[in-house]
This record gives sequence, structure tokens and C-alpha cells, in this order.
Amino acid sequence: MSEPNLPFSILNEDGSCPERYRALLNDADLLAIHDMILFSRHFDRRMMMLQRQGRLGFYMTSTGEESTMIGATFCLKPDDPIFLSYREIGCLLWRKVDLRLIMNQLIGNSRDLCKGRQMPIHFCFREWGFPSVSSPVGTQLPHACGYAYAARELATGQVCLAFLGEGTASEGDFHTALNFAGVFRVPCIYLIRNNGYAISTPEAAQTAAKSLAARAAGYGMPGLQVDGNDLLALVNAMRWAVARARDGEGPTLIEAMTYRMGAHSTADDPSAYRSEEETARWAKVDNLARLEHHVRWRGLYDEARKQEALARHEETVRALIADSECWPPPPLDSLFEDVFEHANAHLLEQREEYLRFLAWKARRRAGEMAEAARG
Amino acid sequence: MAEVETLNMIQALNSALDLFMEREERAYVLGEDVGFFGGVFRVTEGLQKKYGARRVFDTPLAEAGIVGMALGMGLAGLVPVAEIQFADFVYPAFDQIVSELAKYRYRSGAQYTPRVVLRMPCGGGIRGGHYHSQSPEALFIHTPGLRVLMPSGPFEAKGLLLGALAGPDPVIFLEPKKLYRAIKAEVPKGWYTLPLDKAAVLRHGQDATLVAYGAMAPAALEAARLAEEEGYDIEVIDLLCLMPFDLKTLVHSVEKTGRLVVVHEAPRTCGFGAELVAAVQEKAFARLEAPPRRVTGFDTPFPYTLEDHYLPGPERILHALIETLEY
Ligand SMILES: Cc1ncc(C[n+]2csc(CCOP(=O)(O)OP(=O)(O)O)c2C)c(N)n1
Repeated sequence: MSEPNLPFSILNEDGSCPERYRALLNDADLLAIHDMILFSRHFDRRMMMLQRQGRLGFYMTSTGEESTMIGATFCLKPDDPIFLSYREIGCLLWRKVDLRLIMNQLIGNSRDLCKGRQMPIHFCFREWGFPSVSSPVGTQLPHACGYAYAARELATGQVCLAFLGEGTASEGDFHTALNFAGVFRVPCIYLIRNNGYAISTPEAAQTAAKSLAARAAGYGMPGLQVDGNDLLALVNAMRWAVARARDGEGPTLIEAMTYRMGAHSTADDPSAYRSEEETARWAKVDNLARLEHHVRWRGLYDEARKQEALARHEETVRALIADSECWPPPPLDSLFEDVFEHANAHLLEQREEYLRFLAWKARRRAGEMAEAARG
Repeated sequence: MAEVETLNMIQALNSALDLFMEREERAYVLGEDVGFFGGVFRVTEGLQKKYGARRVFDTPLAEAGIVGMALGMGLAGLVPVAEIQFADFVYPAFDQIVSELAKYRYRSGAQYTPRVVLRMPCGGGIRGGHYHSQSPEALFIHTPGLRVLMPSGPFEAKGLLLGALAGPDPVIFLEPKKLYRAIKAEVPKGWYTLPLDKAAVLRHGQDATLVAYGAMAPAALEAARLAEEEGYDIEVIDLLCLMPFDLKTLVHSVEKTGRLVVVHEAPRTCGFGAELVAAVQEKAFARLEAPPRRVTGFDTPFPYTLEDHYLPGPERILHALIETLEY
């Protein structure tokens, strides 16, 4: 139960790393993760543009935190469920969720698996191991414990991963979930993305403690604090926690220290509550920049490869946007479906009344047009 | 004549909070992002600067903590005004509201009479999907011990909030966020209060009574205007106060018109409309010339893409009016 002595950081400033940690990730995996982060970041940039152009209702970037989500997903098996908070598109990308489905969810069109019912970034992809994102923060945390308990009962061998932001660690559901997870020794990992802010509220206003990882002791589980901007350190910690969970030794709490480089969401303007100087300071230790130093240090990467990758990613995103925008909204009937397996009498009557209204409206429009034509 | 200024609802609410904090030194403001930032909708902007970070402060992200703490402050004699960032996120605090805040006066034999006002943006129309759109008023109206208010414009917002703040009871103050910046109106600069149990008759009419509140009040007015083009004379009532509600004004109106249409955004079944219709029927049954009618959201979670179908609008209200009038 006690914490192993894992390093907080592994990557050095110049991109090098101690030789013994080099084997944590082979060259091919390292390049693949780097490329995915590059894609994720480009995707964020393009979605922000789309939102500003009024073509997308809402978006939240994960810029600055990509290593945490992609690195953690990399350490799992493809069928291990991941309970997302909302700022973790990288997990979907690493699992190769059909990009068109991601885009259709963002737009909320008729091809969205969730039938356009949820706000953008509220993903749900069962086939890829992603239960539904929910806006009320922290609600997913007890679910992860329950799922992990069930996985053990059903002997599926699965390990659950649940994400949350450091602000969300203040909610009662966090306490409940970790206490339950500790009591039932479930194969579950709780991963806090400590990105410094909950909207405008800095971490210091969330807790008087020095570390959130330290809370783990109070739940009878190990707690690890790692540099979330250091892919290798994150993978090192995750691997340890996953192995432990798979061996039936119970849950782990990981706190990844990182930074929300962008706004909280498209509805937010962080210049009102944090300084440019602070943002610039964090940009210097951005996880993508540090990883790029590392791949270059390994001699795997150069400017030409980078330009090629960026062009490739832009082409992918451009095609995606074009595809998603050509689908109509979901059909009206979908509004009344899936509340229950079968719509009940109340719903059917409401649907009928609404259809009667639409028919009346159409007649009214036709009447107005006929009148206009006569006039 | 009192001096007036032209404000939107956010500015009007801010003005009410400012006046109250100035007058009442025991007034405190707390909630997520309400301090330094001034709230995600900027309703508390400038208050921390003016009144200091002890009286206007950010809390950790935990609604149960916000309401529980506000109640504790109220027990000790402070007058806390807590913001819940969206009404959709009030549920972690539901226990504190329903089991504690609402019942404290009663169960202590009025030894403790906490004055706590909980403000929360509610309602749809901003493409907020399931969790930035809901209208939970019926849950609170159904909880004895809470006053429930919902303004429909800047003037009403300031007057009702000041009334709530100055009053002796716990208040759930629901702010239709769709209207936050949508309407500007003339608002007295100084202190004024609106009664906490009176509806406003927005339009007098003879043919049917149309009852709405919050963002549905302007929609109802527009529906009445459309009905006028069809030759109908509609009375429109903006409830403003949901608990207690102004049954007298409703009954008086229905006794005149003989027809009742009630509008709200929340789902129909067990929505507040059910209570309004039942209460009016009990008093004015003999005068009714058509079954009372509800125009509401559906009994589904609040949708995203199809939001415009879900939310009642002027035309849907007009259709219900015409069916009621032609019954
Ligand atoms: C129960 C609840 N309360 C409030 C909110 C509004 N809200 C959305 S995100 C957020 C901040 C969350 O911060 P954090 O957990 O640190 O995650 P981050 O956004 O930084 O990734 C808040 C307050 C919410 N979604 N749910």
C-alpha cells in the first residue's frame, strides 16, 4: 500500500532522459504518441476557430494536458473502461474512435451516436470503452468504482480509469468514490489532471493541502504525484498503478501536475483572472514542447517531419469538418426516444400534441404565402 | 421621480447585491468563481473589490459545501447570498436545501431563522444541452419552507432580489439566463422592492388568461400579440413569485376570461403548471369554458440540437390558445 519511490519528472530540460528510463517507451510508440498529441492540439485549434465562426456551439480544449490523457490511455488495454470528465479528447484519439463520430457528436447531427442530445464534448462511445461524459463534475467517480467492482465480479480482468480536474476533487462525489474504492479494493485508477484552475478559481482556493495525492492515505490507497507535462513520468506512474490494479491490489490515486493553457471553454476569457506572464511561463514547459525535445534528442524527429505531420493533420480535420456539416439535425422523433425502452403514454401524447402543432404551423405558413401571392 | 438607469438583468442583479451589501454589513456573497472573477455570468462583478475578499469569496467547487456553509453562516446571524453556478448543478446541495435550509425554522421552533438567498441561473435557450438548461422550480416549490422567485426582466430582477434579501425567509432565486443580456429596461437607481407574493398583469384581455414566468413571460406576451392579429384579446400574467404564488390574481382573471393556458419550460408531468391549473380549477371551476391547457417542455431530458422543438415559443403558445379559444 505504501507509495513506491517513482520520480516526479524524468525528462530533462534539454530533452534527454536517464538511460534507465529510455526503455519505458520504444521509439515507435513514442513517435505515435507525439504525433497524436500534435493532432489533438491541431484539432483543438481548428475547433476553436469553428466555434468562433459560429459553426460549432461550444468546445473545450485539452491543450497543455495531452500527455496526461494520451499517456494514461496508452498504458491501458483497449477494453479497459475510461470514465472521462470532459477535457480528455486525447483518450478517444488514442483509441482510434472514428473521427467522424467525434465530429458528429460535436456538431450534434443525425449521425451522432447520441442523437444530438448532449452538448459538444459530452462524448459516449461504448464500443471504445467510454461511458458517457456528464456536465455535473465528479459524478463519474463513483461509477468507475462500481464498474471496477463489477469487472472483478465478472472476471473480465478490466481495470478502470477515471479522470477529474483538481477542482472536482472538492466535490463530495470525490470523497465518496475514493472511500468506496479503498474499502472495496477495486481495480480502479483515479487520475487528477491538476491543471491549476477550475474556471477562474486557482488550485490554492480549492485546498489548503500541499498535494491532492496526499489524500490517498486517508482512503487507504497509494497516491502518486507526477509531472503531467512529462510523458515518461506519467507513463511510469500509470504502469505501476495499472499493474497493481490488475494484480488485485486495489486502487491508486495519481495527481498529474499540468496547466490548462487555453480558456476553460469557449464561453470563458482567462485574461480576466490570470496573467500573461504566468501563461508564458507554463508555455515554456508545455508537454508537447518537452516531448518534441525528447524525440529530437532520440534522433527521431526533425522540422521536415513536423511540417509533414501538420499538413497531414490539417487535411484530416478539414475533411472531417466538411463531412460532419453535410448531415441534417437528428429527426424530431429522436427527441421522444430512449427516455425509456418504450415511450410511455405521457410522452406519446406530448409527441402527438406537438405534431398537431407542427401541422397547424405548416398550414398557417402555407396560408400566409397564399395570401402574399394573392396580395 | 426616482432616478433611473437602463440596465440588463445582470446589471440589475449586480445593483441589487451592491445596494444590499452597502446597507447590510452582515451580507456575504459566496460561490464558485463569484469573487475575483465576478461570476461566470458576471453578476457579482466588482463586489469583491468593493467589499473585500472576506465578504465576497470564492468557495471550493462543492455545492453541498456552499449551501451548507451559507446555512451555517445564517444560523450565526450573517445574511449569506450564495450563487449556484447553474441550477443544473444544484443537486449535490439538494440534501442541504431540502433537509436543512427549508426546515430549519420549523424544526427549531423558530429558535433559528436563517436568512439565506440562493441565486441560480436556470432555463434553456442558450444551447446548453441537458445540464445548462433545466428549470427545477417545481422541486423547490414542492419543498415546504422555501420561497421561490423567478424574474422576467431587469426591473423585476432587482426589485425581487432586494425583496428577497431584505426578507426573513430562505429564498431560491431563479434567474432565467436566456434573458440575462437579452432585455434592457429602465430600473430605479436606488433601493426598491417588489412584493414576494404578487403577480404582474402584463396585458389586460377578455378572451383567455395566459400565465407564464421567467423567459416564458416575453414569449407569452408575443403570443398574445399574435393572437390579437387573429382577433383575440388575451390577458397575460407574469407570476414572478412561484412560492407563494398569487392565486387571487389568477382566479380573478380566469373568472373574467373563462379560459386558462399555462406555460413553462420544465417537463409537463408534475410541473408547476399542474399546481396552477388545479388551484385555479378549485376556485373557478364553474366559470371555465374550456379545459385549462399546459404548454411545456416534454417529459424528456433537455435536448441539445432539437432545443427549439423542446422549448415553448410564441407560435406553440398561440396554437394552444387558439385550440382553447375554439374549444
Ligand atoms: C456540480 C458542478 N458544479 C459546477 C459546474 C460548473 N463547472 C464546470 S467545469 C468547472 C470547473 C472544473 O474544474 P476542474 O475540476 O479543475 O477541471 P478543469 O476544467 O480544470 O479541467 C465548473 C465549476 C459543474 N459542471 N458541475
